[in-house]
Amino acid sequence: MQRTNEIIARAKELLASGEVNRVLGWRKGEYSYDQSPAVFTESNIDELVYDDFSTPNLSKYLVKETLKEGKIAVLMKPSDSYSLNQLLTEHRVKRENIYVIGIPAESEIDLRKIEALGVKGITDIEADETNVTIKSIYGDKTVAKSDVLLDRSINGKGTKHVIYDELLCCTEDEEAVNEDTTSRFDQLKEIEAMSSDERYEFWRSELSKCIRCNACRNVCPACTCRTCVFDNPDSQVDAKANTTSFEENMFHIIRAFHVAGRCTDCGECSRVCPQNIPLHLLNRKFIKDMNENYGEYQAGAVEGSRAPLVSFTTEDIEPNAISDGGKA
Amino acid sequence: MQRIGVFVCHCGTNIAGTVDVTAVVEAAKQQPGVVFATEYMFMCSEAGQNLLRQAIKDYKLTGVVVCSCSPRMHEATFRKAAAAEGLNPYKVEIANIREHCSWIHKDMKVATAKAISLMTVALAKVQLDTPLQESEIPVTKRCLVIGGGIAGIQTAIDVADAGFEVDIVEKNPTIGGRMAQVDKTFPTLDCSSCILTPKMVEAKQNENINIFSYSEIDDVKGYIGNFDVKIKRKARYVNEYTCTGCGACTEACPMAKIKDVNKGIKNEFNMGLNTRGAIYIPFAQAVPCVPAIDAAHCIHFKTGKCGKCVDACTAKAIDFDQKDEIIERKYGAIVVATGYQITNLDKFGEFAYNESPDVITSLELERIMKADGPTNGEIVRPSDGKKPKSVVFIQCVGSRDTSGCGKPYCSKVCCMYTAKHTMMIQEHNPGTEIHVFYIDVRTPGKAYDEFYRRAVEMYGVDYIKGMVGKVTPEGDHLLVQGSDLIANEQVKIKADMVVLAAAVEPEPSVRDIATKLAISIDPNNFLNEAHAKLRPVECATAGVFLSGMCQGPKDIPETVAQASAAAAKVIGLLSKDSLKGNPCVSSPNHELCNGCSTCANVCPYGAITYEDREFNRGREVRRVAVVNEAVCQGCGACTVACPSGAMDLKGFTNKQIMAEVDAVCQ
Repeated sequence: MQRTNEIIARAKELLASGEVNRVLGWRKGEYSYDQSPAVFTESNIDELVYDDFSTPNLSKYLVKETLKEGKIAVLMKPSDSYSLNQLLTEHRVKRENIYVIGIPAESEIDLRKIEALGVKGITDIEADETNVTIKSIYGDKTVAKSDVLLDRSINGKGTKHVIYDELLCCTEDEEAVNEDTTSRFDQLKEIEAMSSDERYEFWRSELSKCIRCNACRNVCPACTCRTCVFDNPDSQVDAKANTTSFEENMFHIIRAFHVAGRCTDCGECSRVCPQNIPLHLLNRKFIKDMNENYGEYQAGAVEGSRAPLVSFTTEDIEPNAISDGGKA
Repeated sequence: MQRIGVFVCHCGTNIAGTVDVTAVVEAAKQQPGVVFATEYMFMCSEAGQNLLRQAIKDYKLTGVVVCSCSPRMHEATFRKAAAAEGLNPYKVEIANIREHCSWIHKDMKVATAKAISLMTVALAKVQLDTPLQESEIPVTKRCLVIGGGIAGIQTAIDVADAGFEVDIVEKNPTIGGRMAQVDKTFPTLDCSSCILTPKMVEAKQNENINIFSYSEIDDVKGYIGNFDVKIKRKARYVNEYTCTGCGACTEACPMAKIKDVNKGIKNEFNMGLNTRGAIYIPFAQAVPCVPAIDAAHCIHFKTGKCGKCVDACTAKAIDFDQKDEIIERKYGAIVVATGYQITNLDKFGEFAYNESPDVITSLELERIMKADGPTNGEIVRPSDGKKPKSVVFIQCVGSRDTSGCGKPYCSKVCCMYTAKHTMMIQEHNPGTEIHVFYIDVRTPGKAYDEFYRRAVEMYGVDYIKGMVGKVTPEGDHLLVQGSDLIANEQVKIKADMVVLAAAVEPEPSVRDIATKLAISIDPNNFLNEAHAKLRPVECATAGVFLSGMCQGPKDIPETVAQASAAAAKVIGLLSKDSLKGNPCVSSPNHELCNGCSTCANVCPYGAITYEDREFNRGREVRRVAVVNEAVCQGCGACTVACPSGAMDLKGFTNKQIMAEVDAVCQ
């Protein structure tokens, strides 16, 4: 509550001074735990909420918002700031129309993990420092918060905001700390250890759950094309869908390739997937491979940086990387 | 309604021997849109072209598929024939059923099925072809030559003599290259400098030639006829215009007084056999005859204290404040003549090159033999300065090596220069005992084998067929152990000096230059010509030509011949006032363009820029990609990088490629 109040107070100042005319943040949904992105003005700024359930990455909303008149303030969590930087790199948002307020996010809660606990008839979820209490029509259940955190709160890219105009609720000194982010690649070890047949089966089984709801694409901050290839009849991918009995597989592979080198590993795809498909692992594997083959690179870490897949240097791995491990 | 004609070429038996061409014709007739299909012995012949023209007229064809050889051979032929009948030349497609099919298959059934598949692929593409118009592009009448060795010098002189301006960019302080280091030249034994230096002087005096010595290529943009090149002129800390070339500074330099090669600055020109000053002129006939300061070794730059060269210079030409300078020049053609170096011998420990100063490379021997070398032309051992009484030559050190340690190719020049060396040693120090270990002696060429025989027959040089297994320094001599394959015995020879014919390899900076010019390189770092037999001096990248060792091992006569050949190609290009532009260029669909810059990032030609444009009658202003069609070369890199599919390549549209893939997968 205290953070929410602090943020609202600062937002009011910015609105009153005319520095910005809108604020992009989160508003309470139907339940206390489904905070949704919303644009606020002076008239409704008090509805803004920031807590462990304010999970959606706001960066993507700026693509449309910055085309509008005036400046918009945006609340930016560390992980999401990479997405904003990447959008700036791709000229998809106008920097001059944004005021970035960096805010901390240590313990974002993963609703999928709570669902997985099997609690039915949830009426409310409350979180304190260490515990999460799930209230349902059948009674309350308390679990350790650390068991229901979002992947990015456990295996994230650190607490550093890669872009901000001001920091709120955190100081610049703590800011500079950016812990080792390689732990996120540990999740891949299991998949990498599989034989190619096992891996094929793993992904077929995961991707067969897909209901093609497009939530992953719609939430992905790298998927901001004016017209997506899947919606463009001229791209002919829709025609190809008819030729396979497993188009979901094609969809996710095409999507993974389209965001390769641009994905900031924000994890939104897996967070929103109603079928619990670990989609972020596909993208994360790409990031890991690129790190190994072309040197460390994190999309969005530095604005204007050239991704390895669209830049050439003489030190690049030879094209025989796949056939014989890149040995010259 | 499309009216397509299909023409299947026999190419004598080249295609018809492996592909049932009649079956291809019959299959074509079954395809939608095909109104005419036929076969012919040689489609490229006059009669074959007339057949195509007649069919265009008779059947009112809207598109043509020729199933024949690679489009690199005859696409232009058939396009011209079609254009003569009023059909847009870009509505002609080639199905390559020779290189891609008949030549690589033995089984007629398989080859025929594949030929039919390739034909349907071309049909799928031709159905979506649109008429395209060629643009005109201007030609900058100036040539850039990269490298100022004999190859670069010869090309530059020939191009300049035809009346065109030429810039030579040489990374060293002087032009001249490797040939300046060599003592005598085979097979006539005339002095290398005596025939090279007139060429160097000619290059210097020719009004059409500018020499940018001590300079490197920084960046290359553009395309045939219109290259934009940034040249980095490295600071030499000596004013090239006021310096008189007197050399007083080079003598005054305290570093020049350190004669011990382990303490002083190794003289590159003498292959590190003696030292030079920090300010130096590589050799007496240097062009330009202006010293350069090697800042890495100069006492002034290291401590700020010395200034002996400044005191010695009466022309006040020393300028410690000089900075690297980038100059920008436009060129119509570029010739790469970056030359070669001797391969590193660290991997060949058995020859004790790094252990004994008396084991030397052939190029080091050249310097020892030459009058302006470290020993003033006296053939003596580097270790004690004594005349060697016995010398062993080892051939193919690192050449023709299939072990992976060296190079798989033959360095081509070693057999001849070794024969020369043996004779020169006998001339200098008569009575020297000389043995040559060889795998094969390869001396084809005018007066070449005679030259080698002279070494054996007149000078009595002992040629031993076999390889050396080990060279061991023992006291003041070297023990050479090898095998004599003809006598079938192991031989041990006590030698005073061992000379290694080390492999040649391309100058390593060529990799970087190849990247900048977007030209291809082979696994040994030699530059690739466009066609091994028919286009030996051109690159696949239009407007770039090759000269000398950068393209493959060759001796001086061959290098000069290739240099003049490259010059002829350059002159042919620069004589034109304009070139026909390629109409197969990229074009963005602004409805789909996100303005993300990915295409501009991957474009190797800098053809893509971004603009804010109004859409929806000014209600929307968006950043979109704009292609400069004169600069675009149609490589298609942007079309695959574009995330939304907004970028498309005329003549090779995304839809056409997909249609081809569909056809091949059917």
